[in-house]
Amino acid sequence: MPFVNWLKRNLVVLAGLLTLGYLLLPNIIVTVFSFNKPKGRFNYEWQQFSLDAWKDPCGVSDLCGSLSVSLQIAFWATLGATLLGTLIAFALVRYRFRARGAVNSLIFLPMAMPEVVMAASLLTLFLNMGAQLGFWTILIAHIMFCLSFVVTAVKARVMSMDPKLEEAARDLYAGPFQTFFRVTLPIAAPGIAAGAMLAFALSFDDFIITNFNAGSTVTFPMFVWGSAQRGTPVQINVIGTAMFVVAVLFVLASMAVGNRRNRQKA
Amino acid sequence: MTNKTDPTGDVRLTGIAKTYGDFTAVHPLDLTVPQGSFFALLGASGCGKTTTLRMIAGLEEPSAGTVHLGDQDVTALPPYKRPVNTVFQSYALFPHLDIFENVAFGLRRRGLKSVRKQVEEMLDLVQLGEQARKKPHQLSGGQQQRVAVARALINHPKVLLLDEPLGALDLKLRRQMQLELKRIQTEVGITFIHVTHDQEEAMTMADTVAVMNAGRVEQLGSPTDLYENPGTTFVANFLGTSNFIEAEVDSKSGDDIVLKAGGGKLVLPEARCSAPASTGGKVLVGVRPEKISLTHADDAGEIPEGRNRITGRIADSSFIGVSTQYVVDSPVCPGFEVYAQNIDRDPRLVPGAEVVLHWNPAHTFGLDAAQSVFDGTEGSAGVEEAA
Repeated sequence: MPFVNWLKRNLVVLAGLLTLGYLLLPNIIVTVFSFNKPKGRFNYEWQQFSLDAWKDPCGVSDLCGSLSVSLQIAFWATLGATLLGTLIAFALVRYRFRARGAVNSLIFLPMAMPEVVMAASLLTLFLNMGAQLGFWTILIAHIMFCLSFVVTAVKARVMSMDPKLEEAARDLYAGPFQTFFRVTLPIAAPGIAAGAMLAFALSFDDFIITNFNAGSTVTFPMFVWGSAQRGTPVQINVIGTAMFVVAVLFVLASMAVGNRRNRQKA
Repeated sequence: MTNKTDPTGDVRLTGIAKTYGDFTAVHPLDLTVPQGSFFALLGASGCGKTTTLRMIAGLEEPSAGTVHLGDQDVTALPPYKRPVNTVFQSYALFPHLDIFENVAFGLRRRGLKSVRKQVEEMLDLVQLGEQARKKPHQLSGGQQQRVAVARALINHPKVLLLDEPLGALDLKLRRQMQLELKRIQTEVGITFIHVTHDQEEAMTMADTVAVMNAGRVEQLGSPTDLYENPGTTFVANFLGTSNFIEAEVDSKSGDDIVLKAGGGKLVLPEARCSAPASTGGKVLVGVRPEKISLTHADDAGEIPEGRNRITGRIADSSFIGVSTQYVVDSPVCPGFEVYAQNIDRDPRLVPGAEVVLHWNPAHTFGLDAAQSVFDGTEGSAGVEEAA
């Protein structure tokens, strides 16, 4: 029974490949359909190969505008959440203060809360304060929910850091700033980077909270949702594919850097 | 900062103390460490030795008192402005930098541009020239330890502080590193202040040992001095093993004190008695186990005159190669410990045998009777874990 033997030996690889296929199939479909030339308004059936959409990604009105809004919000939300979240994580790990335990658990509440509830309560809050809904209310909401994820990622890293390292730096003639930039930050960097990437992804594709608090501003997920009612332009697949490729390149680049470092070490 | 020939490079602590809320980690303490000496702070965990070290480094702010390096008052200086470097117990090597950059760290922070030559020389001194481009986690414990020493020494500090630097190494490597550190210290001539809970380590390496207990220095002296003439039961028990007999002062004859203990008489040189000895008062008589000779009761007549002697019965004996350790129950002291060299073993010395214990009175020491004879034993002081 050569086949059974072969199966036995390669079962793990096979299972891995199947899982990978399961994970990547949606991305493949999105990519394939970005080269479609649909009949009518819906891009759900394969018709024929075409580069039309790739040649003119902004050809659908408001698509690139919404993409730009989303990228801007994601950028600022990432920056704000990473900055605040890193500071909070350091404070929670390094210092003992009153209500530290309470802060520690409260910071995780946004992760546990159903998004739609949070969206509705935020809207209530903004309306009661008389705030103008739009870019700023979206940004405030995004920083808020990204914060917990950044804190979690950075905290894990800071907790595994030996405080003696900073003492050693100070002992070796590094002042407070040099200690922070030469020792603390480089060692905490992987955690901060992970938190920042998480925040960017979460902010970029958030729909529920954004939809409640956007006023007349339209982000990319809101645009996709809105257009899906009336017909799906191929350009959406183009943007989706481009995002996927950028993400993959990002991962490959960071892996290459890591590999080179490892080779230097040896 | 690198002036090694400064004749006034002593470390002087004056009335230095540290309190955390209600807890006093270090009681006001005066201590002078002479330039170029190898000084050990010895004590069990929580005795304040590490806190004292950290106050010298500047990593801990004293609650009172001053720290002087030579003529300079450094009490208010932050650690990065003190000409002092530390070897940490956990080594605290920077994980994101390679060995070369770890060692170069201090030089670079002081703005030196060409560090290559110095770093390479220092790595050669600790025999790690080959490992320069490795990361700390790729080295063994002993190698990491040497990197930590190199990283501190390259700055030519006035004082090198070592915080239990050998605690994480296994026994054999620890012995080797003890000799290595001693060699480096002799070679570079820098003052070393070494914190340890291991009495053997302190005695092997240091010129002067300060035994600390509960935030105070119990006794300070050379290793021989501390061992042969301990001033308290804590020191007597923490450095090696001691036997104690409670005795009453009977009379004085010349330079000696004659004591009564369980019907017999013991002689103690007055110079070796750290307690006030007035006639009728109580004194603790101490003697080290290896100073005592054992003679079977049948041969008691052969014991020379002038030796202190007590009688007892062997309760237990264990043969450990170079010596045999006996536990002798005596009316004046249960569980008397005796270490006998295995030169001429008397086959009659087995558990149950009646014996006479005798020793040269010059090896006797006298302590204040108003203290527990168990201070500093493992049960009372605790043995620090090599964390």
